[in-house]
Amino acid sequence: MTKILVIAEHLDGKLNGATARAVSAAVATTPESIDVIVLSDAPEAIAAEAAKIEGVSKVLTVARAENAHGLAAVLAPQIAKAAAGYSHVFAPSTTFGKDLAPRVAALLGVSQVSDVMSVEGSHTFKRPIYAGNAIVTVEVDAASTVVATIRTASWPAAASTNSSASVEALTLDVTLPSHTRFVDLQQGKSDRPDLQGAAKVVSGGRGVGSKENFEIIYKFADKIGAGVGASRAAVDAGYCPNEMQVGQTGKIIAPELYMAIGISGAIQHLTGIKDAGTIVAINKDGEAPIFEIADIGLVGDLFKILPELEAAIGQ
Amino acid sequence: MKILVGYKRVVDYNVRIQVKPDGSGVVTDGVKLSANPFDDIALEEALRLREKGLAEEVVIVGIGPADLTAHLRNGLAMGANRAIHVQTTDAVSPLAAARTFLKLIEKEQPSLVILGKQAIDDDANQTGQMLAALWDRPQATFASKVEIAGGKVTVTREVDAGLETIEAELPAVITTDLRLNEPRFIKLPDIMKAKSKPIDVIELGSLGVEVADHIKTTHYAAPPKRSKGVMVKDAAELVAALKQKGLL
Ligand SMILES: Cc1cc2nc3c(=O)[nH]c(=O)nc-3n(C[C@H](O)[C@H](O)[C@H](O)COP(=O)(O)OP(=O)(O)OC[C@H]3O[C@@H](n4cnc5c(N)ncnc54)[C@H](O)[C@@H]3O)c2cc1C
Ligand SMILES: Nc1ncnc2c1ncn2[C@@H]1O[C@H](COP(=O)(O)O)[C@@H](O)[C@H]1O
Repeated sequence: MTKILVIAEHLDGKLNGATARAVSAAVATTPESIDVIVLSDAPEAIAAEAAKIEGVSKVLTVARAENAHGLAAVLAPQIAKAAAGYSHVFAPSTTFGKDLAPRVAALLGVSQVSDVMSVEGSHTFKRPIYAGNAIVTVEVDAASTVVATIRTASWPAAASTNSSASVEALTLDVTLPSHTRFVDLQQGKSDRPDLQGAAKVVSGGRGVGSKENFEIIYKFADKIGAGVGASRAAVDAGYCPNEMQVGQTGKIIAPELYMAIGISGAIQHLTGIKDAGTIVAINKDGEAPIFEIADIGLVGDLFKILPELEAAIGQ
Repeated sequence: MKILVGYKRVVDYNVRIQVKPDGSGVVTDGVKLSANPFDDIALEEALRLREKGLAEEVVIVGIGPADLTAHLRNGLAMGANRAIHVQTTDAVSPLAAARTFLKLIEKEQPSLVILGKQAIDDDANQTGQMLAALWDRPQATFASKVEIAGGKVTVTREVDAGLETIEAELPAVITTDLRLNEPRFIKLPDIMKAKSKPIDVIELGSLGVEVADHIKTTHYAAPPKRSKGVMVKDAAELVAALKQKGLL
């Protein structure tokens, strides 16, 4: 019997959109039921959001003060306990899920399937290796619990419905460790669309040249209502903060439109944008590898082209 | 204190991996192999802690076939005190690797274990978290800053929302992100010195680690190719093309 437990990701009392994407992968597994578990110090509002996701049978809440900051060492033993009776445990392949799910898997004594791109059967999945340069099919032994992280860029968010699944409070008798403590979270404050959910993303690379110059990227992105990303080289050079990095070791995204500006197109960067609808590249070097995968390419100096684009788009 | 460092050998990150036509694997014959980039960063961090006087000994660990020796010598040349080579010809899953590290921990009693956040061959991103679970100790993954004082480690982590700082009691497991440091280059005299540094060889079979994996890889395929696009000559053409696609 296939019963899936999806771990909800949330921050500041709000459900993260990645959760609904993990639910989509759960739906594709055609289980008897899909339950979402919310661990928080105050799970009610988050649970109410999760209960609206189409396909969800039930939402379980675990309210404990220790759950306020999503520390893997604190959450994992609770999830491992709650996982009894489930055939599958899914988490989104975000930094939250990547940190937590392997710890749960190890407590359950099983290996994990990382970054599920497609579901081929209840125990058969496809996932990328070598920075996405090969796709493997993996089969999990039918007798063991499937613990998997879901590659969010491969899955649409399950729709939100008007009806609500039931919400049930869970009391788990688990002693929690105190050896790990949250200190703080420095969040990038931005009014721009979230990189992982944005329909359009404009990214700048080393070619942008400086933190000051990066303003030209922000300005253009705002003009077309896009989220802003960056290559690793741009982040390393301090042009912009780490949470903007797109690629193998940054965020994997699938916007309808991706514009790579002054980015050469290293494989590690391309891994992050393979699922984008339309890729546009602007680079002064006509030989840059980004042009091999771009749907639309324009050779030229970004400092000249971006203002021209703004003018051509008009009001 | 003693620091144990994961030092995996992988296909070099510059190699363009090819899938075998029969789908049985990827081509690794004659392909350049290097240290996993995240493990070079792990080793560098351990060496810096030793240089600051916060650690006495840095021990690198490689789990893999007999010809791993040259790779481990590189880590010794970079500055590790000694190496442990856990020999096996089988593929080792992250869970089996974590179980192997746990056995070594029981013997070595390190205060800190630093692994890469992911091996760039399997891209699993699991071993450190699994080890921390089995060891029942703190984990600080995706580290971009590490500070040790008073039996505690304070780690800044690169997370989707920004930078998170956590504090953990030692012993603990840390996994490295790219911006933690820039690994040093190996100097020629150090290669000579490394020749006399010890490498302990242990048969994986002798550790009593459960290695059977309940996940099997049944097929390898090349990723779907994106078809080659068009070039436009100026900003006006680009805007027209995007408008036509309904993207502007
Ligand atoms: C283990 C590992 C993981 C990695 N993970 C990631 C990752 O997640 N994301 C990532 O992005 N990278 C990653 N990298 C790094 C990657 O290999 C490249 O080094 C990086 O993507 C290069 O960034 P870039 O294209 O901005 O810089 P460069 O390669 O230096 O390219 C800059 C480009 O800008 C162009 N340019 C310069 N000036 C102008 C101008 N005025 N107008 C127009 N064009 C201009 C140049 O022609 C050039 O093509 C990783 C590397 C390793 C080893
Ligand atoms: N065979 C191995 N030998 C040495 N270290 C390993 C091995 N497998 C995994 N590790 C460590 O675990 C990290 C994460 O690997 P993975 O979970 O496979 O992505 C690597 O960066 C290494 O530090």
